[in-house]
Amino acid sequence: MSGGRPKALIIDVERAIRRFLRSTLLAEGFEVLEAGSASEGLALARTARPDLVVLDLGLPDGDGATLIKPLAALDAPAILVLSALDNEARKVAALDEGADDFVAKPFGVPEFMARVRAALRHRLQKSGACAVYDDGRLSVDFVRRIVRINGADPRLTPREYAVLTELLNHAGKVLTHRHLIQKIWAEDPTGDVQALRVHIRHLRQKIEAQPESPVLVVTVPSVGYRFLPPNLA
Amino acid sequence: MTEPPDRRPSPDALLALAQAERRGKLKVYLGAAPGVGKTFEMLTDARKKRLDGADIVAGVIETHGRAETGALIEGLEILPKRRLGPSGSQLEEMDLDGLLARKPAIVLVDELAHSNIDGARHPKRWMDVDELLAAGIDVWSTLNVQHIESLNDIVARITRVRVRETIPDAVLERADTIELIDLTPDELIERLRAGKVYAPDQAQRALRHYFAPGNLSALRELAMRRAADRIDVQVRGFRQAQGETAPWAAVERILVCIDDREAADEVVRHAKRLADRARAGWMAVHVQTGRDTRLSETERGRIADALSLAARLGAETSTLPGDDVADTVLTYAREQNVTQIVVGKAKRPRLFEAVFGSVVRRLIDRGEMIAIYVVPEEGAGAAKRRLGLLAPWPVLTPIGAVESLGMTAIATAIAWPLDAFVGVSNLTLVYLAAVLTSALTRGLGSGLLAGVMCALAYNWFYTDPRFTFTVADPENVLAIIAFSGAAFVVSVLAARARSQTQAARTEARTTRELLGLARGLASVASEDEVANTLAIYAARAFDTNCVVLARVGLDDLRLAASAPGAMGLNDSDMAAARWTLSRGQPAGMGADTLPGGRWLFVPLRTSRLFSGVLAIAPKAVLSPAERRRLDALADQGAGALERAHIARAYQESHVEMEAERLRGTMLASLSHDLKTPIAGILGAASSLRTYGDRHDPATREDLLKGIEVEADRMQRYVVKLLDMTKLDAGGVQVRPEAIEIGDVVSEVLRRIDPLAAPGRVVGEIEPGLPMLKVDAELLHQALFNLVENAVLHGEGRVVLRARTDRGGVSFDVTDEGRGLQPGSEARVFEKFHREANSASGGTGLGLPIVRGFAKLMGASVSARNREDRSGAAFELAFPAAAIVSHVLAHDARDTP
Repeated sequence: MSGGRPKALIIDVERAIRRFLRSTLLAEGFEVLEAGSASEGLALARTARPDLVVLDLGLPDGDGATLIKPLAALDAPAILVLSALDNEARKVAALDEGADDFVAKPFGVPEFMARVRAALRHRLQKSGACAVYDDGRLSVDFVRRIVRINGADPRLTPREYAVLTELLNHAGKVLTHRHLIQKIWAEDPTGDVQALRVHIRHLRQKIEAQPESPVLVVTVPSVGYRFLPPNLA
Repeated sequence: MTEPPDRRPSPDALLALAQAERRGKLKVYLGAAPGVGKTFEMLTDARKKRLDGADIVAGVIETHGRAETGALIEGLEILPKRRLGPSGSQLEEMDLDGLLARKPAIVLVDELAHSNIDGARHPKRWMDVDELLAAGIDVWSTLNVQHIESLNDIVARITRVRVRETIPDAVLERADTIELIDLTPDELIERLRAGKVYAPDQAQRALRHYFAPGNLSALRELAMRRAADRIDVQVRGFRQAQGETAPWAAVERILVCIDDREAADEVVRHAKRLADRARAGWMAVHVQTGRDTRLSETERGRIADALSLAARLGAETSTLPGDDVADTVLTYAREQNVTQIVVGKAKRPRLFEAVFGSVVRRLIDRGEMIAIYVVPEEGAGAAKRRLGLLAPWPVLTPIGAVESLGMTAIATAIAWPLDAFVGVSNLTLVYLAAVLTSALTRGLGSGLLAGVMCALAYNWFYTDPRFTFTVADPENVLAIIAFSGAAFVVSVLAARARSQTQAARTEARTTRELLGLARGLASVASEDEVANTLAIYAARAFDTNCVVLARVGLDDLRLAASAPGAMGLNDSDMAAARWTLSRGQPAGMGADTLPGGRWLFVPLRTSRLFSGVLAIAPKAVLSPAERRRLDALADQGAGALERAHIARAYQESHVEMEAERLRGTMLASLSHDLKTPIAGILGAASSLRTYGDRHDPATREDLLKGIEVEADRMQRYVVKLLDMTKLDAGGVQVRPEAIEIGDVVSEVLRRIDPLAAPGRVVGEIEPGLPMLKVDAELLHQALFNLVENAVLHGEGRVVLRARTDRGGVSFDVTDEGRGLQPGSEARVFEKFHREANSASGGTGLGLPIVRGFAKLMGASVSARNREDRSGAAFELAFPAAAIVSHVLAHDARDTP
């Protein structure tokens, strides 16, 4: 990240949305750039190299999702996707392409900023992966592969451990079902969503204080799962 | 009497004219006898037409070896005949399909009355011509006057030759042009002698019989008169269409009585000629008395044939029940304003008539103003009129004979011990009992045989001298004679009783069949169910296969039902079925068209609706009685199909009206429920802009919050509209996936949070619930709508509970308000329903969406009032089938 204020690029065809996002991000201390189309957005991104891109999927000259890979190639900015409420498939596809997170329209400011912060934090994390996670209750040593809940061993199976570590590595970011399945069943692609859910259920039973009301491993409906570290919630 | 028609152009006549335009035109060359030159004339005209450039094809030309005729064929296009038998055989007929495909402007078809050989589409050539005309092709044909149905008997009388190949009068009446080929008898005889008609040896014979001068004159007059009649009709038809008809000359109405005599058809034809001459309407009537039950199959067939002949010739037919023929006929005649009654008269001894009276006598005596026209009968069967008293001719079966013998033996055995106690003549009573039994069980033949054998036995065993056939005592002779007489009478009466019982049983069976069918049909609603019931009954009634075909569109058929099992029809059968559909006439085995098939097709039609075709595969050609049964079944079936069709049409129109009503309500709701939040937003925004800093911070915050809330409200409403529209259009894609119930409940609670006071909505999840395989989006929306509904319209604490229930999983949403109006538990799920005393502010769509989504997910939703306290309780229940096991297959690699 360059010195000074973080740079945000808004790519959305609706002026009203851009106006409102601009005022919000300015108030939060960002430098804001705007583009109204995919080509304009990509061009701006190449020259300005933003830290955050807010990308709407419904662009006049093409599907916003096609921009994700090219954008990610430039300094890997945090990519936040704006999606219409009822288009699950496109949301999931965007995340699989490499977007960090999504916000469903219509949305309010607090929700939006929470996602922005999570995405930026995650970007920071990527550049320096830590070896240990400890939030006071749950601790994970990635190197020695040791998990402790309040000091006790929850006896996770290899798959459950794989899910947990993947979620932790992308803490705050939503991981699609597909992403998780690929990670867990890498050598043996027999997994499906149902099996994933079962593993999550078992994981929750082992690491959550109240497995019926999970706070760490949070479901993102129809999309995937997200790990919410307590100090972020 | 009937009114004279008025002078307006008759619509029927105009219609007939118009319809005639589309059909091909039929031109008939009519002659009095063979050899007058009909074919010659036709060919001459054809050649002329061809030189003018017309597209003429010869379908079939019979030259009979006459050289002059043969020469004329030169240069005409002839369509080769179609071979119907093995190659090399002479079994050829006109190629009808070839002609239809070729579609010339005019076709020449010789000998209109010709009968086709087996294998042709129609049994008669005039039917082929009919098809050509229906296809719009003009036809020229030839005909001798002796072939006309109604003239058939006159010609037979004149020439002593009865011609079998006839065409119905209707065919000739529909001809557009009749050209009379006239030759004086002398000229014709001259031609015959010159060998121009037949080969010399044939000619000699012909001269003696058919071609006698007297004959030829009579025939010539017949032909002329028929042609003249025809012209008259044409002129009249034309004038009617133009509206120029003068009042009818004679307003006559003719009624003809039909009975089972052999000559019934002669009488019918006579009546037809009378009617034609008088230009009167006519009707044919059969009076059904008790005597009818004793008639044989042949006699009943005669009545049916005579009635159908009358119908073909243009009469209205009816069957009247009654006791006395003359009275019934006269009553009916008076009702119908009949002016003449035509009746046939058999030759009977005066004595017989003096004792039993005659129908004709009674008609004349009581006829009053009605003229009675008596047709003397010359037919061979007239003199053999059997007395009404006699039962059917006795038939003796081997079993019957054995039984008679047996009964005689038994009677003899019984009488033996009795001989000691009673007088000899009293023993005859025992034998009488034996005769009675035989006649009752086996019929007249057995009874009579038993009578003879008993008399002999009695004589042999019991009259002195014993064991001889001689009788000593005159008293005993009398006894034997008396016994024989009594035995005879007893046999006759018992046999009659037996045959009546049998007839009654058959009738009862038929009636039971129809009643059963009627009951079966009354209980089904849809057209396919009707078809199924009909097929089952028909198959059972005729003990064979039955198929019901329903009409699709204008001229196609689909298989609607078949019994006993599933079966289909091959292509040629389907073609026959389609033919029945297009003509409304039966086709197939035993019918007039395509008689060679395995199936018989009858139309299923009422006066309003032609629903389809009924097909059965009888083991043999159906007798007239069986055909009547089949027609009765078909009529019932057609009626029921019509009813089902009407019911469905009504349903559909009803549904459409409902939809229309909903659309109207929807638009009204849209308008209101969108405008309200928009008004709120606009108002707040413009107020902020106008007054800006003059608002204090609290007010400003309020207005801004208001904008958020109203916008959110609009957003939720739009989502509901979309959901509802998708449900209605059927375009909702269902994507079931395994979901955790806890996740869904949390999400719903999260989303309802801004709408409800903190803590007002809580979730309760039974521990250890399995996963559900369901569309996550639909379930979420359904639960959210239920909770939102409780929040907006209920009061107090709202609880969303998830629990196991009878093997499945149920979600309950309860509140603590006033609950539902009793009786409206089902109506709440209807669009735009509002409870009477609920706060307005709902869209009326939330619950209908829940119901629609529930159905898509395979769940059920219901509403009721709480039992433990006041408040409403909504339940969304998933069956066990939706449960997904959360137990994975054991994977050895995945252990802690």
